[in-house]
Amino acid sequence: MSKPPGDERVPLAAQRPVVSAREQANRRKFMRSVVLCGSIVGLAMLGYIPVAGARKSRMRPPGALEEHDFLSSCIKCGQCVQVCPVQAIHHDDIGHGFGLGVPFIDSRQQACDFSCDAVQCILACPTGALTYIKPAFADLRVGMKLARAPVLKAKEKDPEPTLNLKERSGVARLARPEACLAVQGKSFKGQARGADFKGRMRYMDVDRWKPIAVRDHPYERDICNLCVSECPIKDAIKLEETVGADGVKRFKPVVLEQCVGCGVCEMICPVELAAIVVDERKVWEA
Amino acid sequence: MGAFDRIKVMLGAEPQKATVFTPEAKQIHEMKRLNKTDFDAMKLHAREHQLVTHTWRNRRWAVLLFVNLLFTFSFWLDIQMLEGSLTASRFVGFHLIDLNSALQVMLAHKHIIVNLFIGTATVFVLWAALGGRSFCSWVCPYHLLAEWFEALHLKLVAKKLVSDHAFHRASRTVFWLLFSLLALVSGYTVFETISPTGILSRALVYGRSMALGWVLVLLVFEVAYSRRAWCRYVCPIGLTYGMVGAVSPLRVEYRLEHCFHEGDCLKVCLVPHVLNVVVKGRAADKHVPIGPDCTRCGLCIDVCPSGALHYDVKGLSHLL
Repeated sequence: MSKPPGDERVPLAAQRPVVSAREQANRRKFMRSVVLCGSIVGLAMLGYIPVAGARKSRMRPPGALEEHDFLSSCIKCGQCVQVCPVQAIHHDDIGHGFGLGVPFIDSRQQACDFSCDAVQCILACPTGALTYIKPAFADLRVGMKLARAPVLKAKEKDPEPTLNLKERSGVARLARPEACLAVQGKSFKGQARGADFKGRMRYMDVDRWKPIAVRDHPYERDICNLCVSECPIKDAIKLEETVGADGVKRFKPVVLEQCVGCGVCEMICPVELAAIVVDERKVWEA
Repeated sequence: MGAFDRIKVMLGAEPQKATVFTPEAKQIHEMKRLNKTDFDAMKLHAREHQLVTHTWRNRRWAVLLFVNLLFTFSFWLDIQMLEGSLTASRFVGFHLIDLNSALQVMLAHKHIIVNLFIGTATVFVLWAALGGRSFCSWVCPYHLLAEWFEALHLKLVAKKLVSDHAFHRASRTVFWLLFSLLALVSGYTVFETISPTGILSRALVYGRSMALGWVLVLLVFEVAYSRRAWCRYVCPIGLTYGMVGAVSPLRVEYRLEHCFHEGDCLKVCLVPHVLNVVVKGRAADKHVPIGPDCTRCGLCIDVCPSGALHYDVKGLSHLL
């Protein structure tokens, strides 16, 4: 048998076991899959970084567990969003720097005014992220618990006037007393937040069940006391009269222990920026 | 292939060729080989008389749109039939909770309240009866979008403008484990951030969000690089429901005697590995149930010219 010429001089590389095309394709596929796993999980973790590193807190719906427990138990279904009669609750979006799909309240834009009477967002929550009574495992800081059941002014004449709420969401604070109209001894007349403000509230003298736009309910006060008069909770805030060194009468809103941190005072405050704000997740310090 | 092997295939294993055949199956395989001319003639006949229908696809799209719009209109029109979104909802007051979301919350929070348990159990029973991954093709809004973009992908592939890059199917199992572990360790439902199902469902009810950009990125990736990549290789929701489907009596069944082994079903299928049995000479039995990874979408049933694939309820056909 004669060998074809050149057969003896097979290059060395060809003598090594060659990787079959199929095997090569499989290797590529494997590498692709590893890259895919890395990038998808990486992206998901990217969404987690702001949650883990959140130093700033969000105003959560009433009855929310402490932030860490709340974030772990919220299923992001939005049932709390749906039941709120004033649509105070919104979902966080990516880019807000908080968990995607987690509900929050922006009190200045639309505060919870308890016009549902029953804190229905808590009732709607399927996972217990919002709850009427804290379970034993969930820690509760001293000062979050309300000393006694808050009385809802709107229900004051009902046989059961209290709100089914055991803890506060935060505490109101007169952050800019120099801007406060009452402190300056000024009156207020007109729409509390201007003609473009979309926030709504329940006014008992208008309709017990149907909240209306704040802009449709103008006020007229000799001394501005909107934060006190519009506060939905009884004995949560009062206007204190003081006589200054110059002998002129002045007024000052004083937050009381029954404050649940609902944020209505922050929403209704007619000056820009609001003179009174709610510190979310803040405890009561006497 | 037994039920256990079918689960292994779902988790990422390659389908194995059968070694043991039932006498009936053997006989049919034999017949198809012996009477080749007859077989080919019958095949042509079936082709000529094939009715191209989209019956199941249309039904499925109708159901998918109906369910998702029921969420939307329950909120918009305040008809309160189906409140919430796909992660958790209430159907006329009864809690329903998505199994994967429930799993994430349970692992992250480590406490299960009564409502969470009731909702999860209800949905488990529901999908155990209805086929498990049928959630994917009959309810998940991302599935529908991905289906439409898949058509675009296939057109571009036909024009040789893009090509499909497959990933290892076990990636999804890895994702499922990783996301479970992440929820457990971090105490946060990490997967929900990137879940297109949750993002789309919330967007349909509560309005658009920036997160929809992520869904668009996924769709573009699927069109340009890898066919149906999210549903095939990533989504842990699909695997969770797939496990439920493993015990479901509702599935697609393959009937060897009607099959001409032309493989049209393999071309339309989201999860073609479950249809490995349709390859000539593979079926170990006369009738073979399709594995739990099947989304019961019915595309194969629509496309089959000879009715070799059909919906079947285990046990029921024997009773009737």
